Amino acid sequence: MSDGVLINSVAVLAGLGLAVGVMLIIASKVFKVDSNPLIDEVAELLPGANCGGCGYAGCASCAEAIVENGAPVNSCPVGGFDTAKAIGALLGQEVSESEPEYPFVRCNGGKSCVTLYDYEGVDGCKAALMLCDSRKGCTYGCMGLGTCVRACQFDALSMGEDGFPHVNKNLCTSCGNCIAACPNEILTFAKESEKVHVLCRSHDKGKVVKSVCENGCIGCKKCEKECPEGAIKVTNFLAEIDQEKCTGCGACAAVCPQGIIEVR
Amino acid sequence: MVEKALFTILLEGVFIKNFLLIQFLGLCSFVGVTKDVKSAGGMSGAVIFVMAMAATVSFALYNFVLVPLKLEFLRTIAFIVVIAALVQLVEFIVRKHVPALYRSLGIYLPLITTNCAVLGAVLLNVMNDYSFTQSVTFGVAAGLGYTVAMLLMAAIRERSNIVSVPKAVGRGVTYAFFVATIMSMSFVNFFGVIPLE
Repeated sequence: MSDGVLINSVAVLAGLGLAVGVMLIIASKVFKVDSNPLIDEVAELLPGANCGGCGYAGCASCAEAIVENGAPVNSCPVGGFDTAKAIGALLGQEVSESEPEYPFVRCNGGKSCVTLYDYEGVDGCKAALMLCDSRKGCTYGCMGLGTCVRACQFDALSMGEDGFPHVNKNLCTSCGNCIAACPNEILTFAKESEKVHVLCRSHDKGKVVKSVCENGCIGCKKCEKECPEGAIKVTNFLAEIDQEKCTGCGACAAVCPQGIIEVR
Repeated sequence: MVEKALFTILLEGVFIKNFLLIQFLGLCSFVGVTKDVKSAGGMSGAVIFVMAMAATVSFALYNFVLVPLKLEFLRTIAFIVVIAALVQLVEFIVRKHVPALYRSLGIYLPLITTNCAVLGAVLLNVMNDYSFTQSVTFGVAAGLGYTVAMLLMAAIRERSNIVSVPKAVGRGVTYAFFVATIMSMSFVNFFGVIPLE
């Protein structure tokens, strides 16, 4: 009896599987969709990480956009120049090399910025921000809870001892997921050739900044006056550098009383 | 037992035992595909088709294969195979003939495979000992009930985009959950309108 049940169940399920399989094979032939074979070839050349850094739903959608809708061949920031060149060769387009960009942390507060509360709870910065406003005295700064670190699919970000995310440029693919993940917009892309950066995002008045953070921009305008190229402008108590005009001389960094202008 | 009239089964499937709002089956598409009426309608069409077909095929499979061989315990796995195959078939057809709908449904079309509403309809048929016509009627009714809920939800969500919603309620998915709650409460009232037995 039990043998019979065993054999019957295996036979029924196997038969069912076979019948369904045959039906689906026939259906797939009958309802075959002719798609552009180039899409598959381009998809092969893409990294296949489906990270969404290009702005499309995944590598397959990106390939379709490149072939069908005329998206640029260097749409994939992860694959970089090599991928763009390979796709360009396939589609007969010339590619010029673009300079690599990496995420860059625009905050220097960390330990020197007042911490208002300890946060223990779900997924980092965004949740903490929704729960009870910024964890730091400064509402513009990095809260250091690592939302960006978790957003990185390539393990290129790590939370350092100083309470900031650090970018490992060897692993970074410039997909931009960390930049999109940060609720305070601390991260931005910076080119390698851009030498001088302001390590603060605070638009608060100098007095307010000083009360919560030792390393914040107080909007004193010394750098603005010092810059020989006129590349620095202080708007809303925050110095911003026009990277087009900046020559990387470092005169601004020398006069900054807060030491928050970094020259690489 | 008195045979249930087909009309009663139909009303039961659409309103009293509404799959989305009363039995809470297949909720992922209820929130996922109700951003606009057009794709909600397409999804509902696909679900009606799959449910009716699944009811038909699984009835035959259960009563002519599993019951004679005393293999009733295999029904869940056998039904899942049938449903998966039907969904795959629908996917082929939709991709061939309505590519725009295929794109807007996206991941939710293959997800009908694991949509518990379809399996639920088929298993309820077996549990209630429905005859063939009753099974198919219940399958179609379940699909229609799904359609009613989906279209109402999509219509409400479409309109909610152009009115101001209190900040506490929020937008998007949060808002959808609030709407779903209220819709579900209103559907509970059908319990009193048509007696279950």
